[in-house]
Amino acid sequence: MIRAENITKEFGSQQVLKGISFTFEAGKTNLIIGQSGAGKTVLLKILVGLLQPTSGNVWYDNINLINASKEEVRKLRLKVGMLFQGNALFDSMTIEENIRFPMDMFTTLTAKEKTDRVNLCLERVSLSGINKKYPSEISGGMQKRVGIARAIVLNPLYLFCDEPNSGLDPKTSITIDKLIQDITKENNITTIINTHDMNSVMEIGENICLIDKGLLAWKGHKDEVLRDENEKLHDFVFASPFLQKLIDAVK
Amino acid sequence: MLDIKLFYHFGSFVLWQKQIFSRPENGRMYYKETIRQMYDIGIGSLAIVFLISIFIGAVTAVQFSYQMEGTLVPPYYIGYIVRDMTIIELAPTITSLVLAGKVGSNMAAEIGGMRQKEHIDAMEIMGVNTSAFLVMPRLIAAVLMVPVLVCAAAFIGIMGAYIASVPTGLFSSADFIKGVRSFFDSYNVFMMLVKAFVFGYILTAVSCYQGYFVKGGSIELGAASTRAVVYSNILILLADYIIALVLTA
Repeated sequence: MIRAENITKEFGSQQVLKGISFTFEAGKTNLIIGQSGAGKTVLLKILVGLLQPTSGNVWYDNINLINASKEEVRKLRLKVGMLFQGNALFDSMTIEENIRFPMDMFTTLTAKEKTDRVNLCLERVSLSGINKKYPSEISGGMQKRVGIARAIVLNPLYLFCDEPNSGLDPKTSITIDKLIQDITKENNITTIINTHDMNSVMEIGENICLIDKGLLAWKGHKDEVLRDENEKLHDFVFASPFLQKLIDAVK
Repeated sequence: MLDIKLFYHFGSFVLWQKQIFSRPENGRMYYKETIRQMYDIGIGSLAIVFLISIFIGAVTAVQFSYQMEGTLVPPYYIGYIVRDMTIIELAPTITSLVLAGKVGSNMAAEIGGMRQKEHIDAMEIMGVNTSAFLVMPRLIAAVLMVPVLVCAAAFIGIMGAYIASVPTGLFSSADFIKGVRSFFDSYNVFMMLVKAFVFGYILTAVSCYQGYFVKGGSIELGAASTRAVVYSNILILLADYIIALVLTA
């Protein structure tokens, strides 16, 4: 479980986050949604520890990331995996070397054990046999899956995904969403996904927080999204003219 | 405004050194990275160092020979002057200035590119001390390989002087060799190595700093790469002067 407690963030005179409090639950796909510029990425970066909040706390179960010691943060990092919007795969390394990197850095496993673990992770994301390829030699969707494989290689307890569907076609997006949800359930991970993709919201949104202009505008489950009367939620969900026309037609 | 920025970057640079020299997470990975960097800096720069040194030696010999013509200075002095100029000044300084352009800009661009593609963030989240992992191997590799390159440059420079002057009849082989072997002071070699060590550190640390803290897109990355070369060159020349003052006092 990860708990954001009254998070505020200011850049100069601009207040980007205004007292966000939210609990991201273990074993569930927790979604941070909102329009571009709402403060989603800043919140995610604060949660993962890449940015310091101006005020507030971030609790990883019973450890407060904001005032944790260096040693505590170091140990915590080993329990965190992250999938980046641009994948952040190391171009000069093969797929196998990319996935092995955290193991090379932090474990004393033998070469064979590492290779076995790499193969297991690749198998889990349905990409067996591409070990020797370079990131530039595979498609964007495959790169996302490799990113997931690298994020889960050390069996993390917390998984962060920044816009996992950006730049992907709807079909591949669904595959990625399903994969993240399955991994979350299998390992009881606290998964936090930053997205503005409505398909993802309606498919895997088990615990959703909507950020609007730096404020928590709504929270709930995917089943409540279409029924809730919240104005901000309505504006966000029905922003697409196509969807609006469809609803009007049904009405 | 410029002063404030200068102090900000100086303070930030000094504080950053502490992070660079913190305990490695995995010595083996750092060792592998250091060897890779040593290869890149050392072998990768050998050709350009060879080319530049041979011409610098050649030009020095030809010009001194021109200046000494018709004077009472014995011809073998040219060998002596070329040797000491190369060892004390030309080999360490010119080689380091060239390396700042070749190796420094490459480091700034490489690390800056990693920053922009979120590679550094990805490593941070894994728990890697990126300042240490990305910079320490480069610094160690540079302070080990730059002195080696400078020694090679000094040797090649003297050879260049020989090749440019003896076969063309500016002076005899015996004169040149006598000059090169006259008044040799090993302290000059020590001075050359001190310079090479300090310059290697400056060009790497300054370039990595520019790359590591880059913000923005490709234009900013280009600007950071340029700053890496310009600031390295200025600091190398400043350090050259300070070392000369201190070691010859």
